[in-house]
Amino acid sequence: MMPAILSAFFALPLAAAGARVDPWIFAFSAVTVVVTIGMGFWSARQSKTASDFFVAGRSVSVGWNASAISGEYLSAASFMGVAGMVMSSGYDALWYPVCYACGYLFLLLFIAGPLRRFGAYTIPDFAEGRFDSPLFRKIAVCFVLFIGFFYTMPQMKGAGVTLAYIFPGMPYWGGVVLVGAVITLNVALGGMKGITLVQAFQYWAKMFAISVPVFVLMAVFGFYNGHVGANATKETPAVATEIARKPLGEKAPKDEVWTSPFGPLTTKAVAAAAAARPEAERAAYLAEHQRPYSLLYTYSLIIALVCGTAGLPHILVRFYTNPDGAAAKRTTMWVMILIGVFYVFPPIFGIIGRNLMPELYSGVGAKGTDKVVLELPTLLATKGGVLGSILSGITCAGAFAAFMSTFSGLLVSMTGALAHDVYGRMLRPQSTPAQRMRAFKIAAVLIGGVSIALGCFVELLEINFMVGQAFAIAAASYFPLLFMSVWWRGMTMTGAATGMLAGGLCALFAAALTNVSTLALDKGPMGKLFASFAPLNGFWAEHPLLRILCEQPAIWTVPLAIGLMIVVSKATAQQVPSDVRMKMLVLHAPEKLGLKQEYIQEHQAGAGH
Amino acid sequence: MSPTPPAHDDVVHSEPFLRSLMRRQLALSISCSATFLVALLGMPLLNYFAPALMATRVAGFTLSWLLLGVLFFPFVWIISYVFIQRSIALEEEEVAQVRNERETR
Repeated sequence: MMPAILSAFFALPLAAAGARVDPWIFAFSAVTVVVTIGMGFWSARQSKTASDFFVAGRSVSVGWNASAISGEYLSAASFMGVAGMVMSSGYDALWYPVCYACGYLFLLLFIAGPLRRFGAYTIPDFAEGRFDSPLFRKIAVCFVLFIGFFYTMPQMKGAGVTLAYIFPGMPYWGGVVLVGAVITLNVALGGMKGITLVQAFQYWAKMFAISVPVFVLMAVFGFYNGHVGANATKETPAVATEIARKPLGEKAPKDEVWTSPFGPLTTKAVAAAAAARPEAERAAYLAEHQRPYSLLYTYSLIIALVCGTAGLPHILVRFYTNPDGAAAKRTTMWVMILIGVFYVFPPIFGIIGRNLMPELYSGVGAKGTDKVVLELPTLLATKGGVLGSILSGITCAGAFAAFMSTFSGLLVSMTGALAHDVYGRMLRPQSTPAQRMRAFKIAAVLIGGVSIALGCFVELLEINFMVGQAFAIAAASYFPLLFMSVWWRGMTMTGAATGMLAGGLCALFAAALTNVSTLALDKGPMGKLFASFAPLNGFWAEHPLLRILCEQPAIWTVPLAIGLMIVVSKATAQQVPSDVRMKMLVLHAPEKLGLKQEYIQEHQAGAGH
Repeated sequence: MSPTPPAHDDVVHSEPFLRSLMRRQLALSISCSATFLVALLGMPLLNYFAPALMATRVAGFTLSWLLLGVLFFPFVWIISYVFIQRSIALEEEEVAQVRNERETR
């Protein structure tokens, strides 16, 4: 089966693209695909059941575990998107990598320890256990799918961009369909389980693929600080450097707004609103609204990313692969170190790209700044011959590792949710294992198909921005649920469900609205397809504040969710689980006191669960 | 971990124990997160109210770029290191406290 998939993978684009494919880039990418799929199949044979997945994790050290969590976490957004967004938007985009890494601190401080003690493997497990409510599990499981789809869209864009780069003749959607189909088939056939060893390998592959080209590029073209210094700010002129900047095109943001805070990313809505006004009013309008609104945007973004990290379903799962609480905490610290070191590098691609490859600013979609990580190393071709191709091949390999590992991880968890919770528990509780196995395969194909279809539409949206939206939805749904259930005894199932649904659905709706209105701006076929949403842009131009609150909804959806949880829980206080003190003890007392075992015994003896 | 589950009038199951347990752990988490949040949420404010200061060049970087793009990561590592040390110590303390009280009964 595997050779058949692989040959299909390589034969199609080769036939489409002819001879313009760089052999080095192709070779590195091909090796990554083969190794990733091969390791997936190899490890799937090693472990057959879900419990193997966790037990295997428990037998490895903190170092391996931390690498595995980091490998799972670094997606196409981290590998390609951050660099692309730093290039397109400058300073403001730095909040993304910083908060992606620092969100782990919130997770460590408030959620990781208690959740691990409780022994729930996933958020729906926790939701059910904490409130003794199978119904709440079903509500909670929906958000695995919501967050998952928003997270898969940027991975699909990463695939489309990378394949369009490797095979120059290939259309964007071709890459999305090809990669999506290969991974979906692979997951449906049982490969690509989230095995610690594979994920740990993925981290080091990505780390190697981002750091080695950066160091070579910096050694040849000048260091990080020099490249930042070559850009003027509003207050300070450019520092004299030997960097030979290429002229920026018309579409590139000017130095002053790019290097300084509150640049194009956060002021876009007000700029559009000002452009819609009579020319005489514009300057005054900008002076009044631009900076306060961009401060609001920045804070909303920070809340979404920091709280969202603590509510990502596929990350929390990995915390149970630690033998005990102390190891879990040390693992978390090492994760922060591993991903923190990683996140220093992508912005360097962004800034070198701005200085030396500004032609990307005039590209749209798959030809735009999101491919800077892939293409930048080819600059070396003028200096080192084949070295540029090799390094570009390495970054392409890293990109493959990023979107393949994240997409298959998401696909496994979403398929699990659909097959296990929706089919196995809701539709057909009496189904046989064989029926469930078939349900898993059908669910995998279904979800993979939807992801591919969604992925085809998002070429014009930035990878990093879309992942930010997935974080915003997680921040308004799972984060309040976890945070409040862990630290507040008075929470009831009704309160938790109301808050999670209201906050999460508002964030979901806001994100979708933002995306369709952005797509309606396109001059190509996408614009025609989404033309019915075009009036929305006129509305945004009149109300830039609402646009910002829609684009970055966390600043109101997170308080909304928490507020509703408190109010509704107070109103339904009689529903507080009767053994809430015991649950709280299990969550907070040190493991050495052995309360978990006691709780399980009581639960089995008492309630008959 | 005792082989037989202790009776429910045990100190572990008392209301004051749970209250002090949660309060001490939450206090530690809040003090660590406060340090983090002051720095994280203070950065945009500094950018907003002191743009000239944040645009100061430090070896080519602007001050705000250096702080956010490079130095913020080690800062968070330090907070997490301190938190882990203290929370592990806190847990040891709680276990010791329970054992002591069980013995003195």
